[in-house]
Amino acid sequence: MDEIEPLQQPEGDPISVLKEFTAARIGIGRTGTSIPLKQSLAFKLAHAHARDAVYSELDMDKLSDELQQFDLPVLQLHSQAAYREQYLQRPDLGRQLSEESISQLTDQPTKGIDIVIIIADGLSATAVNSNAVALLKVLTPQLQAAGLKLAPICLVKQGRVAIADDVGMYLNAKLSLILIGERPGLSSADSMGAYLTFNPQPGLTDESRNCISNIRPHGLHFKPAAKKIFYLIQEAFKRKLSGVGLKDNAGLLSEP
Amino acid sequence: MAYHHTIGKKTYRFNDLKTLLAKASPHRSGDVLAGLAAESYEERVAAQITLADVPLKVFLNEAIIPYEKDEITRLIIDSHNDTAFGLISSLTVGEFRDWLLKEETDTLTLKNLALGITPEIAAAVSKLMRNQDLIAVAKKCEVISSFRDTIGLKGHFSTRLQPNHPTDDPKGIAASMIDGLLYGSGDAVIGINPATDSPAEVNNLLLLIDTLRQQFDIPTQSCVLCHVTTTLELINQGAPVDLCFQSIGGTEQSNTSFGISLDLLDEAYQATLSLNRGTIGNNVMYFETGQGSELSANAHHGVDQQTCEVRAYAVARKYKPLLVNTVVGFIGPEYLYDGKQIIRAALEDHFCGKLLGLPMGVDVCYTNHAEADQDDMDNLLTLLGVAGCNFVMGIPGSDDIMLNYQSTSFHDALYLRNVLGLRAAPEFEAWLMKQGIMDTQGKLMPKPDQRLLKGIKELWMK
Repeated sequence: MDEIEPLQQPEGDPISVLKEFTAARIGIGRTGTSIPLKQSLAFKLAHAHARDAVYSELDMDKLSDELQQFDLPVLQLHSQAAYREQYLQRPDLGRQLSEESISQLTDQPTKGIDIVIIIADGLSATAVNSNAVALLKVLTPQLQAAGLKLAPICLVKQGRVAIADDVGMYLNAKLSLILIGERPGLSSADSMGAYLTFNPQPGLTDESRNCISNIRPHGLHFKPAAKKIFYLIQEAFKRKLSGVGLKDNAGLLSEP
Repeated sequence: MAYHHTIGKKTYRFNDLKTLLAKASPHRSGDVLAGLAAESYEERVAAQITLADVPLKVFLNEAIIPYEKDEITRLIIDSHNDTAFGLISSLTVGEFRDWLLKEETDTLTLKNLALGITPEIAAAVSKLMRNQDLIAVAKKCEVISSFRDTIGLKGHFSTRLQPNHPTDDPKGIAASMIDGLLYGSGDAVIGINPATDSPAEVNNLLLLIDTLRQQFDIPTQSCVLCHVTTTLELINQGAPVDLCFQSIGGTEQSNTSFGISLDLLDEAYQATLSLNRGTIGNNVMYFETGQGSELSANAHHGVDQQTCEVRAYAVARKYKPLLVNTVVGFIGPEYLYDGKQIIRAALEDHFCGKLLGLPMGVDVCYTNHAEADQDDMDNLLTLLGVAGCNFVMGIPGSDDIMLNYQSTSFHDALYLRNVLGLRAAPEFEAWLMKQGIMDTQGKLMPKPDQRLLKGIKELWMK
C-alpha cells in the first residue's frame, strides 16, 4: 500500500512568508484541491459572527441605562420595518418611522435644537451595542462644551441611515448624527458608521451626508473618530451644509 | 397592447409587454421592492402562460422603454439583425423555448442566431425556462474571446485572479497575486478593484501587474477596474492598459448614474484597441453587470430587474468584449434575497448572455446580509461549470478583504476543473506546466516551483 502523504498544512505552504503583507487568506494550503479543515472552519466561524451580527438586536434597555450619564432624555423608536427579514428586503421601510414613533416625536419640545443623536441597529446591532456609548463618552462633552443644544437621544430599531432625516425633521434639529451598524465583514462584525446631515429632511440622498466608517476597537478608534465627527459638525454649522460639498473642502476624509 | 389570460373564473390582465415580463419573472426581492412582481403564484404562472403565446415579432415592434427616450433601446432596435432573426421569426416565446432545447439546435445554429436575438426576447424565453433548461441551452453555446490567451473554449474554464487589498498596498496585492498564480488562477485576467480611482494609484497597480507578467512571460492580461474616464486618461499618458473596464446597466439613465454613455464607451473602446497589446486576439473590453443595478439607480422604467440586466448585454455586445461578468450576489438581499434567488439569477444571466453571444462569466458571490453561505456557492459554481460558464473569480480563501464580500476561492476553481474534467485556457495551462506549477495532467504539483516567489522581490516598487 502506498504511504499516506502528510496533508499540506499552512505552515508548509511556501507562500506563508508573504502573509505579513496582507490580511487576505493566502497561504492556507490544500488537501487535494480543497481548503484544509482548520481554515475552512475558521472561515465558517467568521461568517457565523457576521450572520449573528446581522440578526443581533438593539439592546434598548442597556443602552438607555448607559446613556443616563449624558443627562439627556432617551427615546425608544421603531422604523416601519416590523422584523428583520422585512428590514433586509424593504430598505424603504427602514428609512421611515412608524406611526407610533412619529407621535412620540411630535410630543417633544423642538425649540432651538442644534443636534439630534440617533443610534440605530442598521446591519449590525452588535456594533452599536458595543461601540456607541464609548464614542459618545468622548464626543458628547465636546458638543456640550461648544454650546450646542442636544435633542433627546433616539434609539431606533430596524433603522437605516436615512431614518435620521425623519427624526431630524420631526425634532426640528439643525443637524442629525446617526450611529449605525455597518454591513458586517468577515473580520469586522462590530463595525459602526457615523453619518451626519445638516438640515435633515426626508428625501435626501447619500451625497448630502458625511460618513465616518469602521469605528470599532480594531478599526478607527473612538478618540480620532470623535475628533473627526466634531470637526465635521463644526464645519457643517459654519458653512450650513454637509455632504459632498463639505467633504471636498475639508480634506479630512481622504483616508479610507 | 394589453394581454390577458383566464384561469377558472379569474381573468388576469397585463397592460403591456413590460408588465407581462415582470409578472412572469420568477420571484425575487428586487421586483417586489419595485412593486413589479406578480402578487400570487397563480398570477405568475398566468403571466408565463400568456407570455408563451406572444409571437417573437412583437418584441421588435413594442419597445419596453421608448425608442426616443433611451439610447439602449435605440441600440437594440438599430443593431438588430433581421436576417439572423429570420430563422425564428415565426415562433412564439413558448415555441422558441422548445426549439432551443431541440437536439438539432446546435452550437453553430445558436452562434448564427445570436445577433437576431434582442435582450427582451432572451429575457422573455428565460422566464419560461427551468434551471435545467437554462443550463442545457447555455451549454450548447460556445463564445470564445482572446487577447493573450483563449477564453471560452468548450472543456475549458478560466478564472479572474482578484488580488484586492483595502489600501491598494502593492506588497499586499502582489502577495495575493503570487498565491493565486501558484494555484493556477488568472487565465481570464488579473483584475484588481482599486480602493481609489486616482489615476496615479491605478497606474501603479497596472505597472505592478505588467512587470510581473512580463518578467514571467505570463500569457494573460491585466486590468484595474477603475472608471472608464480614468482608463482613458491613463491610455493618453501611456500606461500599460490591456483591458478597459466598465460597469454597465441596461437603461440609458442607469448608465448616466455610472457616469457613462455609449459615446464615451465608443471612445474608450477605440482608444484601447489602438494600443494593440493583445498578442492573439483583440477583445479589449471587460464589463461588469448585475441584476438590480437599474432599480438601485432608480432608473428601471418599470422594467423588471432581469430584463434590465439583459438589456445591459446589448451594450456589452457592441464592443466585442473579452469578458462579461455578472456580479450576481454582490448587490444584497433587497434585490436577491437568498441562495435560491442568487442561483436562479446567475443561471439566467449566464444563459441570456451566452444566447446573445457574450463571453459570460459569473462572480459567484454573496454578502453577509444575504441568506446564503458557502454551500449555496458550491451549488451555483457546480451548476455553472456544467452550463459551460467561461470564468469565475479567484480570491484567496473566498474572502475579499477590500470589497467585503465572499466569492469563489482559488481552490474552488481547482475543485470544478477536477470534478468536471475542465482545463485552464490552453496558453495559460502550457505556461503553468512550464513554470512547474502544474503537471502534464493538469494537476497542481505537490510542491510548486519557487521561481515566482523568488521573483516577487523585484516587484517592490512604488
